[in-house]
Amino acid sequence: MPITSPTWRLEDHRMASITPLKTSAELALIAQGAGLSAERQTAFGRFAASGLPHRRVEAYHYTDLRALLKDAPPLAKAGGIAPSGFAFDGVDALCVSIIDGFPNLDGVKAVSGVSLSLSGDAPDDGLAPNSVFPVAGDPIVALNAAFVDQTLHIMVEAGQTVEKPILLRFVTTHAASAYSRVVVTVADGAKLTLIETHEGVASALANSVVQVVIGDDAQFEHIRVNLADHQATVLTTFGGCMGARSSLSSGNFVTGGGLSRHQVFFRLEGEGSTATVSGASMLNGRQLADTTLVVDHAVPECVSREHFAHVLDDEATGVFQGKIIVRPHAQQTDGKMMSRAVLLQDGATMNNKPELEIFADDVQCGHGATVGALDDDLLFYLRARGLPKPEAEALMLQAFVGEALEMIAHDGMRERLEALSEAWLKARS
Amino acid sequence: MLEIRNLHVAIEDGSKRILNGLDLTIHNGEVAAIMGPNGSGKSTLSYVIAGKPDYEILDGEILLDGENLLDMEPDARAAAGVFLAFQYPLEIPGVATMTFLKAAMNAQSRARGEGELKTPDFMRRVKIGAEKLGIPQEMLRRGLNVGFSGGEKKRMEILQMALLEPSIGILDETDSGLDIDALKIVSEGVNALRSADRSFLVITHYQRLLNYIVPDTVHVMSKGRIVKTGGKELALELEANGYADYVSDVAA
Ligand SMILES: Nc1ncnc2c1ncn2[C@@H]1O[C@H](COP(=O)(O)OP(=O)(O)O)[C@@H](O)[C@H]1O
Ligand SMILES: [Mg+2]
Repeated sequence: MPITSPTWRLEDHRMASITPLKTSAELALIAQGAGLSAERQTAFGRFAASGLPHRRVEAYHYTDLRALLKDAPPLAKAGGIAPSGFAFDGVDALCVSIIDGFPNLDGVKAVSGVSLSLSGDAPDDGLAPNSVFPVAGDPIVALNAAFVDQTLHIMVEAGQTVEKPILLRFVTTHAASAYSRVVVTVADGAKLTLIETHEGVASALANSVVQVVIGDDAQFEHIRVNLADHQATVLTTFGGCMGARSSLSSGNFVTGGGLSRHQVFFRLEGEGSTATVSGASMLNGRQLADTTLVVDHAVPECVSREHFAHVLDDEATGVFQGKIIVRPHAQQTDGKMMSRAVLLQDGATMNNKPELEIFADDVQCGHGATVGALDDDLLFYLRARGLPKPEAEALMLQAFVGEALEMIAHDGMRERLEALSEAWLKARS
Repeated sequence: MLEIRNLHVAIEDGSKRILNGLDLTIHNGEVAAIMGPNGSGKSTLSYVIAGKPDYEILDGEILLDGENLLDMEPDARAAAGVFLAFQYPLEIPGVATMTFLKAAMNAQSRARGEGELKTPDFMRRVKIGAEKLGIPQEMLRRGLNVGFSGGEKKRMEILQMALLEPSIGILDETDSGLDIDALKIVSEGVNALRSADRSFLVITHYQRLLNYIVPDTVHVMSKGRIVKTGGKELALELEANGYADYVSDVAA
């Protein structure tokens, strides 16, 4: 499968002559970067040159990392132990723990058709011309490439169907910076379900990147859940490229993290492929969750669908930035994107920025974004039937979130996520 | 018994008065009909009894068996026995009809301090009720009212009323949008619920419905007040002569 070079560039409108004072997080990162090997320095250099992205960088306008990241905690140490009582214990899956950024393959049983291995090579930093990511020079990916220690490789051979999902349990156990990288290959005609769950303690900073090359006729289902502490920082990136007639379905569920950003960067580079990305976030307190996605239609006759639902209580902030790019020769592209938010309190905020960049003339693309309170007339209808206000609201919100969750094909995970959303709603009333 | 005394109501911002000193008493077991021209305030009256928040109560009281409804939240009124069949029932996508019915029945049982229904009992009651009203099982699995025709929505309202067993059922233009067959089915559904301790307030624009749900009393409403009260023959008279005689400024 050919890999074209990244063409979508992050813009930095900051003038080179103005170099603001470094923040304490930036100073800490620079100190940590001093110990990096030569081959990690390109990636680190990208960060060192421009510092943390801030609101004048278009892609970070709503999530100003320079202002929001108060500190960069020290690099994590190995040896942490995952807490017991995992919300997904009952899911029949091949489970691999990634504790504080360190993947642990001890005791992980071999499964036919898939191989798991570790390497210490410098990972894709999103800067080189052969990068798998369609977004060039993202600072979160570059920092990840600089600091990640061991990369976990998951390789599914051509034509193989991996029956059991692989479940990656990301955990931070102490107030540290944990960087992790997973490189997935789903070769031609292969089939894999990958689940990522993120848990973490307050004051930890987790930066994980899962990159995937989906071969021709391959099918990849991906589910990501963020249940981290409401003081934790969780930066996740999921990106890669898709071959001809392949399919990708990525479902997301977020109730965790104080500051979280999930980036989805995909390039559809084989004709007839379909990408579906969905998600539900339920936030309260002062949580901020950002979903930023770029779906790049590089070839004709591909389909992409994005549907996100955000429930925002208290003073929480939701951010949705979605960009569908249709290249000049990507005719017959069918792309639809929807982001819907419900604000439960006056203090809650939603920033929606859906975009289409269309360079082909024979396409069907659309996007929509809504922000609002729950419909008063519907609420009254339910209350007139005897449902107390909190229960009526919960029923409506469950339906709202359910629309996004029902796009998750894996029954066990979908049911657990529905139960988690119900529990979130119950805790509120 | 429902007693409404000297009820004055404006839209929430106070800019427009809709009900102007309305008095109405409905005894247990009584079926009262309210007829009146469009815009006379019939739906507003039904919403105010049920507790819709968009209105400002300027004066008056509404008592159900001596309890002041105006002090109660809409869900508490429902638990106390008020049921409003909406003129325009709402669609709630993503909330399965069965889930909704169960939530409503259980919420009311809980509010009355009774135990929740057992699932098989619930299923049986819904099945029997739906059959009587000609509601197919498939409709019960869909989102509430989503994709239902006007007539199907009205039947669903009556099913809800049958399951929730109110002490006063208010039907707001339940006949609108119904063909004659559906009208008969719905009327039979209502008549089956008539009993000595349940009363009804049937709001309608046309006399036709009252051929099937025969009222004990008929009230004419105009400009937010009851201007004439009589027996069922009053409905026939209205049908023949129109409202003109009762609309105050025309009569004056
Ligand atoms: N929420 C509202 N906002 C503004 N006007 C209203 C509202 N509700 C009712 N009205 C007005 O009050 C009057 C009575 O309306 P309604 O109660 O619907 O009458 P009816 O049901 O008898 O046709 C109408 O003039 C209507 O436009
Ligand atoms: Mg009306």
